[in-house]
Amino acid sequence: MTQYTVINKRAPRLDAPDKSTGRAKYVDDMTLPGMLFGALLQSPLAHARILNIDVSKAKRLPGVKAVVTAEDAGLIKYGVSPARYDETLFCHEKVRYVGDEIAAVAAVDLETALEAISLIKVDYEELPAVFTPEEAMAQGAPVIHEEYPGNVCAEVHQEFGDVEAAFQDCDLIRTDRFVNKRQDAAFLEPNGCIADYDRFGNLTLYTSTQVPHYVQRTVAMVLKLPVGRVRVIKPYVGGGFGPKAAANPMELAACLLSKKIGRPVKMNYSREQVFLFSRARHQFVHTLTTGVKKDGTIMALKNECYLEGGAYASFGIATVYYAGSLLAAPYRLANMKYDGYRVYTNKPACGAQRGHGGVAARAAWEQQLDAIAEELGMDPIEFRLKNVMSAGDITCNDLNMSSFGMKDCIEAVKKGSGWSEKKGKMPKGKGIGMACGFFVSGAGYPIYRSDTYHATVTVKLSEDGGTATVYTGAAEIGQGSDTTMALIAAEALGVRYEDVRVASGDTEYGIDLGAYSSRTTLMTGHATKEAAESVKRQVLQVLGDRLKVPVDQMDIKNGYIVFKGETPDFSSIRTAYIKEHRGWTDNPDEEPLTFREAARLAYLEKGTIVGTGKYKPGKLGGKYKGAAVGTSPAYGCSAQVAEVSVDMETGKVSVERVTDAHDCGFAINRTSVEGQMEGSVSMGLGEALLEEVKFDEKGNILNANLAEYKIPTCLDMPNVKSLIVESNEPNGPFGAKEVGEGAIMPTIPAILNAVYDAIGVRINELPLTPERVYMAIRRKKGKQ
Amino acid sequence: MKRLITLTINGKEYEVAVPPNLTLLDLLRYELGLTGTKKGCDVGDCGACTVIMDGKPVNSCLVLAVQADGRDILTIEGVETEEGLHPIQQAFVEKGAVQCGFCTPGMILSAKSLLERNPRPTEEEIRTALSGNLCRCTGYQKIVEAVKDASEKLS
Repeated sequence: MTQYTVINKRAPRLDAPDKSTGRAKYVDDMTLPGMLFGALLQSPLAHARILNIDVSKAKRLPGVKAVVTAEDAGLIKYGVSPARYDETLFCHEKVRYVGDEIAAVAAVDLETALEAISLIKVDYEELPAVFTPEEAMAQGAPVIHEEYPGNVCAEVHQEFGDVEAAFQDCDLIRTDRFVNKRQDAAFLEPNGCIADYDRFGNLTLYTSTQVPHYVQRTVAMVLKLPVGRVRVIKPYVGGGFGPKAAANPMELAACLLSKKIGRPVKMNYSREQVFLFSRARHQFVHTLTTGVKKDGTIMALKNECYLEGGAYASFGIATVYYAGSLLAAPYRLANMKYDGYRVYTNKPACGAQRGHGGVAARAAWEQQLDAIAEELGMDPIEFRLKNVMSAGDITCNDLNMSSFGMKDCIEAVKKGSGWSEKKGKMPKGKGIGMACGFFVSGAGYPIYRSDTYHATVTVKLSEDGGTATVYTGAAEIGQGSDTTMALIAAEALGVRYEDVRVASGDTEYGIDLGAYSSRTTLMTGHATKEAAESVKRQVLQVLGDRLKVPVDQMDIKNGYIVFKGETPDFSSIRTAYIKEHRGWTDNPDEEPLTFREAARLAYLEKGTIVGTGKYKPGKLGGKYKGAAVGTSPAYGCSAQVAEVSVDMETGKVSVERVTDAHDCGFAINRTSVEGQMEGSVSMGLGEALLEEVKFDEKGNILNANLAEYKIPTCLDMPNVKSLIVESNEPNGPFGAKEVGEGAIMPTIPAILNAVYDAIGVRINELPLTPERVYMAIRRKKGKQ
Repeated sequence: MKRLITLTINGKEYEVAVPPNLTLLDLLRYELGLTGTKKGCDVGDCGACTVIMDGKPVNSCLVLAVQADGRDILTIEGVETEEGLHPIQQAFVEKGAVQCGFCTPGMILSAKSLLERNPRPTEEEIRTALSGNLCRCTGYQKIVEAVKDASEKLS
């Protein structure tokens, strides 16, 4: 195995010192000279016709600089997928959910802006509203978007193999229905932005986003500006998890206001507005029918799913495809049929959240597979091992598992959890359960149809040769991508980690599609590696010419030039370097030729040394409709074992231990990989036990705050034993692939299976609140 | 009607005129430029705005600036020492306890307050002390490890 000097170790994050001293700047920490403050008017009704908007009083309030509505913004449609651009910046004819944006104000301070908002008078004619897929799809239901009578935003019908024929050959067929709940991503930093339109017609938007590139394009389109005039800068971001992966109406409103006034405008969502904007996990209702042979071979899966989508499409088309395609692995499955419907309702729009589209499906199926294993009298691990895919396998829907350490993950958690000593031997009220999952390592295609590169990166050397800077549009949102790119560049170039700096999150630095679909390590990583290798080659070429040594006889390691043969006389280079840096205290002395000296030589010869790198995946996937969703250059996979304790008197579930193995291909930074694994377990545990966005009968959110919408605290989380599995992905830089989202896949079903083991009854609805668990225990008692 | 208050922040005395409805959080962030204290919810649910007031951790969004009159406040900007990072900060950096970083200042101040009261806390005591500080990124494990590590180094 290759000996690496920088990667695959435990590096402290580049940004950790600034973040732990309060120096790191997030968007609300910034102030620009002359900055105004914006606020939004949002609909109080779930579904209503707008009869009239009167902004005259608001405009007259002293301190108000502008009030904008659809009249000013125009009616350009935007959204996430071009096939479903169904939003306009402001509502014109009607409002579609409580929170729909109607107008925005900019004023000298926030108080004045909010007062102006309260002075805008809107006359509504209330319309009947629909809040569930059943209501929305019923005959004669009110129509939310005229273009979509029947309120179906998107539907998918796919069949691979022949499911009905395969069922004929099955010894056991089981059908289960499973429901999760609408989630909020609950990132700690509420969305915020500052838009700054200057007198030369350039717009700079500082924003808390996962995707500067897509925001740049959406802003340019909606405001009718050339893309080159729009620059999006992402300061530090306090978490995203999906909902920050597209432009939001607040960003667009701030840009419009700044353009109109010619001054910077700052806007923030309150925590309640974060809930209203939503764009987080959908509610999925899955009905799964699985057929198996007596020996445990999985033969066929029929999956029907209804997604409650809310008022706009957002990521929904991709979501409804993922809810089908992400069941095609990690088990060999020749026959799969999927019917999915994403339905509009008069609630905030759902979008993407960690494990996009696949989390509820995975929970439903892994629990069903557990039940099937039990009916067959097989150990759930043995049953899974019998069916598991391995590297080189291609799924029935054409996903290529170019590396796949699924079996290693299962064996690692089996051993790591002490499964064999525990399974079937735990007292009543205690249980152990396991599950598996997999996820893409970056979407195979951009969100808009294009041959664009997914990432371009530039590495530039400082003129003294001492420092390399990586310029990338990639979005550090907390996952650690800056650190990962620094490590990859340092390894590829042959310098120390501390000699690499990263400038990121700015559309000026290159193309990068952003932080979504677990793409950055693989895709931006490739481009970074290529750029750093280019720099290395340029430096070695100049050095080789000077010393008369062939380039392939030299290498760079740890900041020093390594000569494979005899070390040539480099004293003239050293003397020249020291002469140029007379008086400097860190000049090279009695040591091998340094990278600095070689890089300085290259600069003197060629000018500033810059290397560029780029990445886009090759052609991926099948030819059927929707084949693009689920394709990826690589797939990560994971297995988890959860151990729970259930209070039989109250129904309260505590997760006491989690053993987690994830195949990330190759760990660039082991600490960061574990961090993603532990964070994934935490978000999955929250969805399993606590989280549900609740509404009243008028479409108002009842718990739009972090007290009543509960996410796990320090006391809810067990320690996770994280086991890193490395399968050396051929399509990944240094063999690396995803960890950020795949790691959440097994968490919910592992907990569900452990709760079943503890109480002896299956629960098919999330979250596992004490009430739901207690009622399940009672139902079982009643039956006995 | 503004009121004049005097308070000590990170060892330095400030005299400021504040409106009666201004929170300590907004005073720190928007009037004094101490933006290391974060605003995650503004209603006392998330703990991102934790500061230490007269030795006790408080949610600065729930304290009015006028209530801080005469008090001694420590924010994240005052934790670093002349020698560099405080051992708790150092442990957060080394143990991977920082991801997005938005909860980090509040976490560090809650941890500091705990270790001052209880220099060798058990894991349970650490978890209880940090339970008012929400983190969505880390699953808390590396944060707890960092606090344990700091407690060993400090005592």
